[in-house]
Amino acid sequence: MKRMLSWAAIAVGVVYFFLPLVGMLEFSLKMRRGEYSLDAYRSVMGDPQFQATFGYSVLMACLTIVFGVLVVVPTVFWVRLKLPRLRPFMEFITLLPLVIPPIVIVFGYIRLFNTSSWLPLTGSALGTDFLLMCGYAVLALPYMYRAVDTGLAAIDLGTLTEAAQSLGAGWITILARVILPNVLVAVLSGAFLTFAIVIGEYVFAALLDRPAFGPYLVWAGGNKAYEPAALAVITFALTWACMALIQLATKFSKHTRMPR
Amino acid sequence: MAYLDLNGLQKSFGANQVVKSFDLGIEKGEFVSLLGPSGCGKTTVLRMVAGFEAPSSGVIRIDGQDVTALRPNQRNIGMVFQAYALFPNLNVAQNVGFGLKIAGVPAAEITARVAEMLAMIGLPEMGARYPFQLSGGQQQRVALARALAPRPRVLLLDEPLSALDAKIRVSLRAEIRDIQRKLGITTIFVTHDQEEALSMSDRVVVMNGGRAEQVGAPFEIYNHPATRFVAQFVGTLNTLDGVVTDAALGEVTVQGQSLRLPQPIAAAQGATVGLALRPEVVHLEADAAQISRGDFALPAKIAAVQFLGAVIRVKADTAAGAISLDLFNRPDAPPPPLGAEVALRFRGQDVIVLG
Amino acid sequence: MRTSRLWRALPWNGLGVLPFALFALLFLLLPTANIVAGAFVDGSGDFTLVNIANLFTPEIMNAFWLSIRLSFTSALIGCALGFAIALAVVLGGLPAWVRGVVMTFSGVTSNFAGVPLAFAYVATLGRVGFVTLLLRDWFGVNIYALGFNMISFWGLVAAYVFFQIPLMVLIITPAIDGLKREWREAAEVLGATGGQYWRMVALPVLGPSLLGTLALLFANAFGAVATAIALTGSLLSIAPILLFNQIRGDVLQDPHLGYALAFAMIVITGISNGVYVVMRTRAERWIK
Repeated sequence: MKRMLSWAAIAVGVVYFFLPLVGMLEFSLKMRRGEYSLDAYRSVMGDPQFQATFGYSVLMACLTIVFGVLVVVPTVFWVRLKLPRLRPFMEFITLLPLVIPPIVIVFGYIRLFNTSSWLPLTGSALGTDFLLMCGYAVLALPYMYRAVDTGLAAIDLGTLTEAAQSLGAGWITILARVILPNVLVAVLSGAFLTFAIVIGEYVFAALLDRPAFGPYLVWAGGNKAYEPAALAVITFALTWACMALIQLATKFSKHTRMPR
Repeated sequence: MAYLDLNGLQKSFGANQVVKSFDLGIEKGEFVSLLGPSGCGKTTVLRMVAGFEAPSSGVIRIDGQDVTALRPNQRNIGMVFQAYALFPNLNVAQNVGFGLKIAGVPAAEITARVAEMLAMIGLPEMGARYPFQLSGGQQQRVALARALAPRPRVLLLDEPLSALDAKIRVSLRAEIRDIQRKLGITTIFVTHDQEEALSMSDRVVVMNGGRAEQVGAPFEIYNHPATRFVAQFVGTLNTLDGVVTDAALGEVTVQGQSLRLPQPIAAAQGATVGLALRPEVVHLEADAAQISRGDFALPAKIAAVQFLGAVIRVKADTAAGAISLDLFNRPDAPPPPLGAEVALRFRGQDVIVLG
Repeated sequence: MRTSRLWRALPWNGLGVLPFALFALLFLLLPTANIVAGAFVDGSGDFTLVNIANLFTPEIMNAFWLSIRLSFTSALIGCALGFAIALAVVLGGLPAWVRGVVMTFSGVTSNFAGVPLAFAYVATLGRVGFVTLLLRDWFGVNIYALGFNMISFWGLVAAYVFFQIPLMVLIITPAIDGLKREWREAAEVLGATGGQYWRMVALPVLGPSLLGTLALLFANAFGAVATAIALTGSLLSIAPILLFNQIRGDVLQDPHLGYALAFAMIVITGISNGVYVVMRTRAERWIK
């Protein structure tokens, strides 16, 4: 009885989730009349707009990851080591991007960094790109911070640092050669999640008016019939890949941490 | 028939038979421990009595009533778990009153009974506290009160002390036994700690591999273990080999010296039998010259001395192997130095023959 | 000596968090503060409550009310279905692999929101969508003839639920794991039926987690823009789309009304997140 109900719950979930995915896949294959084909994918791939925006978003994702790691890892390390009293405060700050809707944050950017402000970032394309990257880093902050924080919680930070210092290492060396390798898995998890968030992001890119993949998606949705489904399939596959890589990284870490 | 009667209980999980033909009768008001290493089936027996596991075969009777097919909530049994298992959303009074509330007892009566139970466990002021505000020992006492409040027919204790600090464990032992005696409630206590089992129980059931190896009073179990397993699992034991010289008279030789055991030996003449000695029956003779010819004495050399307070545990090497023995601490007699040549003596009637 | 003491008294340790502090200040706190402050000043920079008062027009109130209903309904449905799935996975006696598959799948689908989700939805329930055609050709049911419309309240709810369920599964599963088997057994031995155990112990224990997650799902849906825009082309007047259009420079004339809109959104998501945090703290206090 209980097991039947459980299977029923799972079945409802399967139907609810697989229908749209199957629908999306089926639809993306229907571009040629009367038979299934990859025409929609061919059309998408051949679109220079797709290539440009997709490339732009991948680049932004990578830059965001690097920037996020550079900002988050040293900070988490320092707070855990020297300023543990700041931790609740950090928790709060890094939770804020989940509380404040992204559209409000980007609204603030537009007002704060407009061409007539003290820091006119939106005045140039490069400045806006930088602003967009920072925005993405803010969006990813809750995930990145938590991933790294749990990663650092697992190692004895104080002892490792003192050991490295006693061997003559400086702060940069400690961070790069001792801390980072130990939280690499956590950082990787955060990185892939960041990638999944950034790649299809719409609101920031649209309101800052940058040629990213998200606005292209919306444009395609309004102007094309079968390509959007193909684009959705591609994005879904990318999300799967990111999650699979996170799982892989976690497995790898369990392997390396096995006691001998 | 006994008050609580377990008859031919068996339990298999798949191909793995964890309890094999288990029989036990417990009298009303008796405190019986199931003692054994992990995986011996003691917890499974307890869970079958509670009704969480259905026996593969066999019958469980309480006060003559066959409860084998009853669900746990129909058996009127009290149970205390290792991890307290207090309901975290209810305060102490609500926890203790839970069973009464389920049974539909009027609120005023519940209040009175809860107060009575809290007074009994020595926490009369704690009714409004929540479990997370209590220490481990307090939580376990509340769990005991909760189990006893509905006046169950049988009380089951599943390693209730293992999660606690050593000191609280010892004091709670006495407290549980006290309450059990006062209420006269029939109790099964599951533990892997032989000291707990021996100190608390009317009878101890030593279990191994899904069977009861021996059932008996603590004194009986400790001094007259029925099997090699019981002898080795309960208490510390020294083992020696002896060669049978006269099976009917119970005579063996150990290291060429003759020893007379209290009972006949079930082995052929010339056969080697395992002999066991508790550390407290071995006497240490510091001066080898004191031993007259003809007395049984093993020459030995002191290998280790452990000062435990009231007792000093000494390890001595003999030609027959290492032997541990216990000396009482006496301020005027310091323990022998390491490497000292001594003699070990023991009486034939203190020797346990291992089957 | 004096300079050296002063030198040492300076909070040098604070320097380590300076880059982060600068980052958070510039790109998170100041922009938000700017919006909040803007909601309370007029064109010439004087304090005023007029902007807030201006929110109380039928158009804006309707948009917020629609947003709230949409977020709440999708959160409630997501909560219920996600809870059922999580229960099935943890306590339903299903094979162990089911759990792994469900959790991984939830991880993916909870991140598969926004524009692509809208596309998948259109491809499924649009006028020539997979399910629409399936129902028409196999069962002779034309859902559009029956009055179904994707760009409607329930259409959007159905789309939102798609990312609400997996989020619920991800958050509530650890809480269900926290229900100890002994609680159930203790209740049973004390005479409780399965229903009594759930009513008196399990649900009260899970209560804070359930309520907290509901609040989180609500905030999650309330701030979501991309799915709605891709689906409705900013036709449906919900609060975030209203703000989006305002930022884009159409619809509303008064820029300070935009600040007030954003401020109201922060207040609503802030409250629901506050509920989440408080509830989570309560849940964690019980289950140590």
